[in-house]
Amino acid sequence: MYDAPHTAEMKVNQKEIKFDCRDCQVYYGDTHAIKDVSVQIEDKTVTAFIGPSGCGKSTFLRCLNRMNDTIDVARVEGSFLLDGENIYDKKVDPVQLRAKVGMVFQKPNPFPKSIYDNIAYGPRIHGLAKNKTDLDDIVERSLRRGAIWDEVKDRLHASGTGLSGGQQQRLCIARAIATEPEVLLMDEPCSALDPIATGQVEELIDELRESYSVVIVTHSMQQAARVSQKTAFFHLGNLVEYGETGQIFTNPVDPRTESYITGRIG
Amino acid sequence: MPIFWLFLIVLAIAAVGFVIGRQRALQSAGGDSRGLHSLPGYYGWNVALKAMVPAFGLMVVWLLVQPIYVSSTVSGMIPESAIAEGSSMGLVMAEVRRAAEGLDSAVAAGAITEDFARNARADVADVTQRLKDAGQIVTSQITQPVLRAAQEYRILNNTGNLVMSGLVIAIALAGALYALRETNAVFRARNVVEQGVRALLIAAASIAVLTTLGIVLSLVFNTIEFFRLYPASEFFFGLNWAPSFSGRGGASDLGILPLLWGTLYISIVALLVAVPIGLFAAIYLSEYASRRLRAVAKPAIEVLAGIPTIVYGLFALLTVGPLLMEVFGKEGLGWMQSGTSVMTAGLVMGIMLIPFVSSLSDDIINAVPQAMRDGSYGLGATQSETIRQVVLPAALPGIVGAILLAASRAIGETMIVVLGAGAAARLDLNPFEAMTTVTAKIVSQLTGDADFASPEALVAFALGMTLFVITLGLNIFALYIVRKYREQYE
Repeated sequence: MYDAPHTAEMKVNQKEIKFDCRDCQVYYGDTHAIKDVSVQIEDKTVTAFIGPSGCGKSTFLRCLNRMNDTIDVARVEGSFLLDGENIYDKKVDPVQLRAKVGMVFQKPNPFPKSIYDNIAYGPRIHGLAKNKTDLDDIVERSLRRGAIWDEVKDRLHASGTGLSGGQQQRLCIARAIATEPEVLLMDEPCSALDPIATGQVEELIDELRESYSVVIVTHSMQQAARVSQKTAFFHLGNLVEYGETGQIFTNPVDPRTESYITGRIG
Repeated sequence: MPIFWLFLIVLAIAAVGFVIGRQRALQSAGGDSRGLHSLPGYYGWNVALKAMVPAFGLMVVWLLVQPIYVSSTVSGMIPESAIAEGSSMGLVMAEVRRAAEGLDSAVAAGAITEDFARNARADVADVTQRLKDAGQIVTSQITQPVLRAAQEYRILNNTGNLVMSGLVIAIALAGALYALRETNAVFRARNVVEQGVRALLIAAASIAVLTTLGIVLSLVFNTIEFFRLYPASEFFFGLNWAPSFSGRGGASDLGILPLLWGTLYISIVALLVAVPIGLFAAIYLSEYASRRLRAVAKPAIEVLAGIPTIVYGLFALLTVGPLLMEVFGKEGLGWMQSGTSVMTAGLVMGIMLIPFVSSLSDDIINAVPQAMRDGSYGLGATQSETIRQVVLPAALPGIVGAILLAASRAIGETMIVVLGAGAAARLDLNPFEAMTTVTAKIVSQLTGDADFASPEALVAFALGMTLFVITLGLNIFALYIVRKYREQYE
């Protein structure tokens, strides 16, 4: 679909492919929500999914860690290769997969537990800590990486729901990092946040790129332009265009992409 | 005039007022309803309301006040000497009322004339004889003061009723006329009706609250009366429950502790059955079951809540008791003497409580936001890990509320205990012993033939009051917890 015009430049930037998705279809009952989507998501890169509401970008994101399994009527077809292994293969345990492909949701959803327990939740489930000191380390490291340690270090045992919206979202990101995932999926992580909190989270996403492959769904084109290196534009269940962020925003190939970016369709 | 007829007459006045008011409003707007402030029907209702409300209000007040006034006037006529030894003013007044009713019925049956009934100088023996001939039940001998009082009682009541009828009809008419006079195109009839509706709703709500208050007061006065006859310390701390019925007071031991112990023990057994089963059923239904299964299974469980408790009692007595006897009775382990025991009642009561726990918990678990579950699944947790570590802790306050409501239900339960647990008040740890509860003893104390003024009967009110305070406390605690929980998500 993406016929790279600058092949030479591409080769220089070529990175390892983390997710290789081919001919993906998703049905909700009779609705065909995702049509023939093929996309290759690179490691240590921020990939942004943009597109109007209902275009299927969140649905596609949820396919990547099999969150659609929890919806009875959803049916997924096609091949989703994570490091060459199809995640919809029978021998893949979706629970294990989700530990490897973490997710941050649109609305901050800290558990009604203490900040410490929120972070320790994943490590405890997966047995990542040998002892209490080890767990303490994981919690501190995750909170530091989530850029929220300084704000909460004195009240680790206060409830996570008592934080502000931006702090809650960073807590949720820290919680996702704590299980040491390889890919981090973010479904409109800033839509419930004010500009300052959004700025903090975006900064955080940029830092996370060093160690993870990050996929972010966003409605804000400025945000996609700011944080991502690759951008995919979805429209009515189709992947219309996928390429370098700079190229998508300055010189889109498809007229629909241009219309969306300039605000003529939405 | 019978009250019923008076009621109908006022309704008729209101109905006529409705029609006239509607027409009058239309006329004042020249027959075009668009010229009116309100729809024509509102003008009709305005008239009907102003006819009915004051008239019925007066009627209710009059009907409440008249008996009090008549009684006090008539009782003033009865000299102290007319009250026999061992009798009381209350008994004499009851006799007066019976005699008055006898006279009424005899006049209605045509056995005596109205004049005769009113004749103050009538011979007492003659009147008694005539009443007896007319088939009226009267005490063996009506005394002169009683007859005079009965005659006065009739006269006062008759005049009272007559005056009331006149006044009520007059007020209904006056109200209707007043409303008709104010009816014109700019009158805001709609707002008046709105206020009327509001008043009606307030009245309904206050009746519910006042009834609760009345119940509490009736308990309080009798409880105070009981504590005057029986020391409170012995009631609350006495270890023995042994009311004597033959002795009429004195020798009774009325300690509440054995009963409270029985109540708590049976309730605990019931909750030990109901809470795990109900909670697990709720978790299955809300988290695992498919939508179709849930649509069938949830109402099926709630059928349990619709079974009358007496049927549960029979189930305890005829099925569960004998079943337990086979295992724990003389043939089996030998722990159980008879089919009625704490275990029998507790098990059956537990079954009764399952739908309370499951239905409420199911709602509460469903109210936990899907975002919580998504968050947990997104971290790689399994379904049962998610339920145990995220959903249940989030739903816990609500579930505790549900359990407390079930507990207050268990504490107040009577029929299952009467049939399943036996009647012996006992302080014992063995769950296969017969015990009894506060509620079961209230029934047996009030259905006996004890004098109503004796501590043996009055203790029922003290027991009821204690129970009321305990369940009220539990309910308030449950509501407090449930409310605190709601604030978290909404």
